[in-house]
Amino acid sequence: MAYSEKVIDHYQNPRNIGTLNKESKMVGTGLVGAPECGDVMRLQIEVDDVTGIIKDAKFKTFGCGSAIASSSLATEWLKGKTIESAMEIDNMDIVEELALPPVKIHCSVLAEDAIKMAINDYRVKQGLAPIEDNKKHY
Amino acid sequence: MNFPIYLDNNATTPMDPRVLDAMLPYFNEKFGNAASRNHSFGWNAEEAVDYAREQVGRLIGCTSKEIIFTSGATEANNLAIKGVYEMYGSQGNHMITVSTEHKATLDACKKVEKMGGEVTYLSPNEDGLINLSDLEAAITDKTILITVMYGNNEIGVVQDIKAISDIAKKNGILFHTDATQAVGKIPVDVIADGIDLMSFTAHKMYGPKGVGALYVRRKNPRVKVTSQMDGGGHERGMRSGTLNVPGIVGFGKACEIAQNEMAGEALRLGVMRDRLEKELLTMEEAYVNGNTLHRLPHVANISFKFVEGEGLMMGTKDIAVSSGSACTSASLEPSYVLKSLGLDDELAHSSLRFGLGRFTTDEEIDFAIGHVKTAVNKLRDMSPLWEMFKEGIDLKSIEWAEH
Repeated sequence: MAYSEKVIDHYQNPRNIGTLNKESKMVGTGLVGAPECGDVMRLQIEVDDVTGIIKDAKFKTFGCGSAIASSSLATEWLKGKTIESAMEIDNMDIVEELALPPVKIHCSVLAEDAIKMAINDYRVKQGLAPIEDNKKHY
Repeated sequence: MNFPIYLDNNATTPMDPRVLDAMLPYFNEKFGNAASRNHSFGWNAEEAVDYAREQVGRLIGCTSKEIIFTSGATEANNLAIKGVYEMYGSQGNHMITVSTEHKATLDACKKVEKMGGEVTYLSPNEDGLINLSDLEAAITDKTILITVMYGNNEIGVVQDIKAISDIAKKNGILFHTDATQAVGKIPVDVIADGIDLMSFTAHKMYGPKGVGALYVRRKNPRVKVTSQMDGGGHERGMRSGTLNVPGIVGFGKACEIAQNEMAGEALRLGVMRDRLEKELLTMEEAYVNGNTLHRLPHVANISFKFVEGEGLMMGTKDIAVSSGSACTSASLEPSYVLKSLGLDDELAHSSLRFGLGRFTTDEEIDFAIGHVKTAVNKLRDMSPLWEMFKEGIDLKSIEWAEH
């Protein structure tokens, strides 16, 4: 399978690999996928306690090039966003940006799920209710 | 060195230049149809085919009359399995095979089931070898064929073919083996091994694609298969269709070269393979899949835990290998062969298969070792599973949000 240039770029130069302190109240962690499925993504956000803006985002991913690229791209997009606008990141935006083929759409879905899980983890730590996600993925 | 380095010789091999030279005249100068009996064009083609038949037969220890040329091993497997079922169906409808066989065997068996037959699929041990007692236990008075591959394409494990054929013989059952990966690589002798039918192909032994053969024993017992391709009655009526003369000539030449050079080549490749494997196994959490004592000399299948195979291959683009990862297949399922060994899906996803060949050099192996190590380390640095492992977290204790 031929990868798009953007997937290759993210794979070769992944942005924001790393780990944030998951015990911190300002950090939200999302861990999605399963080893037996061949994809595990961990995405973390750190929110500024004054502005409420995501000031840092990190990822680690076990998976194919498209999974790595999807999560790398997600961290790029998350930085500087408010929680509200981060909630609006749609997996199809990732598909479009990385030109993922149909068999790799699940990688973008994982990334979106990881974002939402990280946000909700943060919200729960802040004493807020998690945001229900009723979106259907196709 | 030319990049990418080809280390996928189980998928196919490059043609040996000597094979190409032997074939070339048969495309234009000597283009006759081997079945044309009334002019020199036909006679020349027939002579070339007869000669190739002897070259092929010599390599596996049979007479030239026992070679049925086909389009490849897939067709040979189909002809053997469905052909035996149709020919001997009146004596029984049961066959025995193994879950780690090539799809050409498994799907032919599925077809037999559709036609009303029954098939037992044995599960191998963790090392890929089958239990002979399982085989014996699966035999019924309806069993007409046992089909077990010689050397496995994914892990290279070589079954105890003589012991299996002895069991078949003792019970009056025909024995077929898919020897696609073994013929030309290790000594295969249909008499010594007690084989009744055997599939193999040219393109895995430095010959051309599109030509293979089914060995069909003519004596003790005399075996016949019902043709699956009807027409002019070529190949003793078992496989009709104009013979692929240039391909067959190339197949013959490839067999001759293999016969002359196999011993030295196997030794050389074995040393290289062992070096590759030893070096890669110095990495943490790297495991060889399959039995390492009963194995083809040129194959290594290694799982690098906590990295995913397709991602790994993307990082090793200067070498051409294959992976048991689901992402590399259309089915999105990890390798059924590795799963049959009882491997966790996770380890199956993390596997790379290295297939060395006649043209592999020491220099290329040196490069591959460094290249793979670098890629594994890089991917582990970005693997959440590796981080958890390093922190001593049991991955099995985590409730995964599966998709």
